[in-house]
Amino acid sequence: MSGSPGARSIDVQENTYMTSDRTRTGRRIDIEFDGRYNIDVSRVDAGVLWRITAMAFRNRWRMALGIVAALTAGFFQLFVPQFLGRAVDEAQGLLGTETSRELAGEALLTTAMLLIATSVLRGLFAMVQNYQGESVGQIIGYDLRMAYYRQLQILSLSWHDRVHSGELMTRGILDIEGVRLWVDTGILRCVLLSTLVVGGAILLVRIDLVLGLLALGFVPVIAVMASGARLRLRDAWLALQEELSQLTKVMEENLGGIRVVRAFASATYELTRYDTIAARALALSHRRIALFVRSSTRMTFIFLAAMGLVLWVGGEKAMAGEITLGQLAECLAFMAILQMPVRQIGWMINSVARASSCGGRLFNVLDLEPSVADQQGAGPLEVREGLLRFEQVDFAYPASTRDKRTLSNIDFEVGPGRTLGIVGPPGSGKSTIGQLVGRYYDVMAGRITIDGVDIRSVTLASLRRQVSIVPQQPFLFTAGIDHNVAYGDPWAGRAAIEHSAATAQLHNYIRKLPTGYSTLVGERGVSLSGGQRQRLSIARGVLPDSAVIVFDDSTAAVDAATEQRIHHALHDLTRERAVIIIAHRLRSLLHADEIIFLEEGRIVERGCHEELLTLNGRYRALWDLQASGGGAQS
Amino acid sequence: MNPGRKPRVAGGAAPAVGGAAASRKPGLAVVGAQVSRDEELFGRAFDRWVIARFLAHLAPYRARIALAVIAVLFFVATQLMVPLIIRRAIDDALTAGDGTRVILVVIMGVFFGVVVVNYVSMFLLESVVGRIAGHLLFDLRRAMYAHLQVVSLGFMDQTEVGRLMSRLQGDVYALQEFLESSIFAIGDLVLLVGIISVLLVLDVRLASLTLAVLPVLIVVRMVWLPMARRAFLHARETSSAVNAALAENVHGIRAIQELGREGVNLDLFEEMAADNRNAHLRASRFANILIPVVDLLTGCAMAIVVIIGGRLVLDSSLEIGVMVAFLFYVQRFFDPIRSLSIQYSIMQRAMAAGQRIFEVLDVDVEVRDRRDAIELDRSNGAVEFADVTFGYVEDQPVLKDVSFRVKDGETVALVGPTGSGKTSAMALIHRFYDVWEGSVRVGGHDVRHVTQESLGRHVAMVLQDPYLFTGTVFENIRYNRIGASRHVVAEAARAVGAHDFIMNLPKGYETLLDQGAATLSLGERQLLSFARALVADAPILVLDEATANVDSYTELKIQQALARLLEGRTALVIAHRLTTIRGADRIIVLQDGCIIEEGPHGDLMASGGLYSMLYRMNYASFDDIGDTGDLISTVEGT
Repeated sequence: MSGSPGARSIDVQENTYMTSDRTRTGRRIDIEFDGRYNIDVSRVDAGVLWRITAMAFRNRWRMALGIVAALTAGFFQLFVPQFLGRAVDEAQGLLGTETSRELAGEALLTTAMLLIATSVLRGLFAMVQNYQGESVGQIIGYDLRMAYYRQLQILSLSWHDRVHSGELMTRGILDIEGVRLWVDTGILRCVLLSTLVVGGAILLVRIDLVLGLLALGFVPVIAVMASGARLRLRDAWLALQEELSQLTKVMEENLGGIRVVRAFASATYELTRYDTIAARALALSHRRIALFVRSSTRMTFIFLAAMGLVLWVGGEKAMAGEITLGQLAECLAFMAILQMPVRQIGWMINSVARASSCGGRLFNVLDLEPSVADQQGAGPLEVREGLLRFEQVDFAYPASTRDKRTLSNIDFEVGPGRTLGIVGPPGSGKSTIGQLVGRYYDVMAGRITIDGVDIRSVTLASLRRQVSIVPQQPFLFTAGIDHNVAYGDPWAGRAAIEHSAATAQLHNYIRKLPTGYSTLVGERGVSLSGGQRQRLSIARGVLPDSAVIVFDDSTAAVDAATEQRIHHALHDLTRERAVIIIAHRLRSLLHADEIIFLEEGRIVERGCHEELLTLNGRYRALWDLQASGGGAQS
Repeated sequence: MNPGRKPRVAGGAAPAVGGAAASRKPGLAVVGAQVSRDEELFGRAFDRWVIARFLAHLAPYRARIALAVIAVLFFVATQLMVPLIIRRAIDDALTAGDGTRVILVVIMGVFFGVVVVNYVSMFLLESVVGRIAGHLLFDLRRAMYAHLQVVSLGFMDQTEVGRLMSRLQGDVYALQEFLESSIFAIGDLVLLVGIISVLLVLDVRLASLTLAVLPVLIVVRMVWLPMARRAFLHARETSSAVNAALAENVHGIRAIQELGREGVNLDLFEEMAADNRNAHLRASRFANILIPVVDLLTGCAMAIVVIIGGRLVLDSSLEIGVMVAFLFYVQRFFDPIRSLSIQYSIMQRAMAAGQRIFEVLDVDVEVRDRRDAIELDRSNGAVEFADVTFGYVEDQPVLKDVSFRVKDGETVALVGPTGSGKTSAMALIHRFYDVWEGSVRVGGHDVRHVTQESLGRHVAMVLQDPYLFTGTVFENIRYNRIGASRHVVAEAARAVGAHDFIMNLPKGYETLLDQGAATLSLGERQLLSFARALVADAPILVLDEATANVDSYTELKIQQALARLLEGRTALVIAHRLTTIRGADRIIVLQDGCIIEEGPHGDLMASGGLYSMLYRMNYASFDDIGDTGDLISTVEGT
């Protein structure tokens, strides 16, 4: 949709993986999304599981190979107990009472060779099964990761505003992992286990019905126990995680706000808070351990008890001559082989539950339709002149419950080389205008045009390339300053980057840094003052060669003198561009060709600075307030 | 003008759109944090110092650990006994001819006895180990957390929260895992030794032949392990790189959409994700390659038992039951070896983690209460700096010989460019740090002679960035004054003009603030932090005015709230706004750690120094002039 080649290649995958699989969840538009995921983690959603399984089977050959390998591995594994039993009988000479010891020796040799062969074959096929399972898991993980990453890029900002970033990270890391693990090991393991149980049942029952039933009897018991215990464990685990994330939050906020904590001398208070939650978490952790220990010890107990019964009953039967000693050994050996996979049933049930809830949460996001998207057949925006017009624009935020418009009947025009100033009290809709120009939201009524073309009829990517928004608080990427300045145009040359930085009055500062333009900023980099950050934002915004620039209160933390110099430096640059300046400080707007004063989404006054002063209205009042020092002006 | 101005046709500028240009990779584009992580490094597998420290933390659980070790021995013993009992059943009952049914019953009795012992010992073992490990985790975490509450702020300033959190979480888990796995490792070791001994006792000839496969496996693993570990490590690294890039995509989405970086980032991310997938597949190949090898060796061991053991049985020099027992033991042979080599990685990780944890626990506590520290009483709100010299780095004092005095009830504004030492001076009043020379006196006492607790109650601080915790509005305003009633809190909110907007929130005072209260505006957060200081009701108020510019309407509210907050208190304000500065009784101008001017607004204006220059130049803030050094020198020159 965004039209880049990378996006396109994902589109193809999206179509194959996602679209056709939309069986249950159905599409929703992101603005309807409430940011909450009411997914019942204890319920397994068959639709979600089906969709995940279908995704796995898109890798047809790998899955086929994996299944065949699982079946074969199971098949060979079934032979091992048989050969062991045969060896016992051969050694005891029961089968060869008539034959000579020579022949018995040869039979042993054959059995030994068969044992080695089946073991190796089992190992090889198990390897193929595991590897194919993991491959498919990793491929799906990769596909989901790409789809998710791309989906986050195209979902509208209004959606991002409402969803907790931590939620999104959990989704992108843990939920993808949860889905992947089920594909990775779950599906093929089911095949292997079924082969073992079914094949084993046939073999054992053929030896002796009672003994076979006894030897297999523990399987359903442990399977049921393991499943129940796993689900309980999962609940316990979720509860513990919940408490632990509370604890994390407390610790993180304490350390992040350590100056506040120290300033209020509240170490004791903070430690009490910690202790309360930690005590709860510890209790939950103990509960989880108790659950785990109870189920795992019981399962071992049942297994060993079943083994004892087989030994006893089998022993009686062997003594009575109903079965051979080798057959008894076969039963016991088979039980030993089956023990591990049967215990893993619990694990598998858990991974099914997890895949269901993780997949559900993930598909919830992946199935969202962005509220702002390219229209069918939208072409690139071609800017001839660069004239931006708002024509009777009405707008309300999608989430706003009150039936209140954020903007009503907004009309203005700003051409290249011209500057429009926007002022108004907080919440009057100033920033919204900037957001509408870049089409981060769609207007409710009226239209916005650039050179007469409705911005909804062109591709988003081309529109946004022509609209630079310089926000008040720029997001700094953890990377060099040069990279940050060139974020919107990573092909920019050194000279262009320095020129932009110089325009924003930042070049001299950067030059004096020991590592200059490659100095790291952002989370782990040097910290910049508020003014410096804003100037970096300006440098970033003026670098791309766009037709419209919106300064959204982007000089608020810059002092007046520097602002004057920035303004001067911008002069050249803005000769061919349309400029919108949103500001609190009226001084920033003195040179604007037109200023509109917004109040509750309406233009209540408009004109140039002098005209507005003579109006003696709201603009005048604000000017006087700021002149009196209320707004740091004198 | 930008050199090489591109045509204004969309798509021409960014090659990410055009198919042909897609091969052109942007030189400066990266996704994800561009910092390598040094935390993932493996340490030595055995570090005596770490072990010693670790043991000290285990001391309270000594008895229970001993119990666990005893349980593990019993548990292993029962595991060893099962094949032995099968052997006895075969040799003494099944093949011994008539009249042995009684023996079988006895043997079965023993078997069920063993099963019960197995059950009890396993139950004990796992519950005890699990509980101790849980306790240990919380103990270590609390010790670290409590220590971080008292270590010098200098350490906290230099250390990122993320880094500390990874110690409080990842590293303690590594130690927990280590404790859990060590006890099971003891079990594995005993099991291995047990199996070998039992085999040798059962039949030396057969045992020595069968055990010949062991060294082969050990050699194979020794060759395999370093290679596999590199592959696993690489897989983990690519995962964290992918996650960092995802985090960037989540947190920086606004900038990404606004600057049209989607296409470029997606291409870059695709590379990382493919890398990650391939690294994991490589790791998976390493993990799975061992399966047929182990199976081959198991097969060989079984074959040896069958051929040699079978012949010995045919020769009647070995009982058939022994052969069966051998076959059972051989199948369990490799389990302990496998888990023991996993143990090695766990130990390496634990040692590295332990080192980092104990490093934190060893950070010096520089500021402590003296044994004879007294409680400050509320009566006196005076503040005095006497020849104070202070800095963070040796030989680089931030404050040089600073002396001033603030009388009880006076409001003093501190003014000066960034780096002039204002914030440090404020921190000293609260004794965040100790001075190098001179003394800071609060309420007539040297701050080093009073308890930090009482100093904290005596001096309220409002920091530049209003910091709010996750919790309700009420809890945030009340903060640690847990005695404060709803009435007091509402009064404070009303006094600073926050009550109205609080009541407009969905649940009023019970509204939950999350994510640093991002839903509130900066001005509103500021008012809440004022209310918090008002509830704290300390005789001295230290306030660092926010630099961020708010709109004039909010500004007016904050100024009114400020006036209310300063009422009847001694106040030191790091001021950035002219209104605040003009409202102060006295102004202290700091530059490069020295007081260069001092006096009321009128006096300073008359004297024509730095203050009057800055004032006349209409500076929005006195703070940001640090960058514009040329300007200051012009001012100084005049």
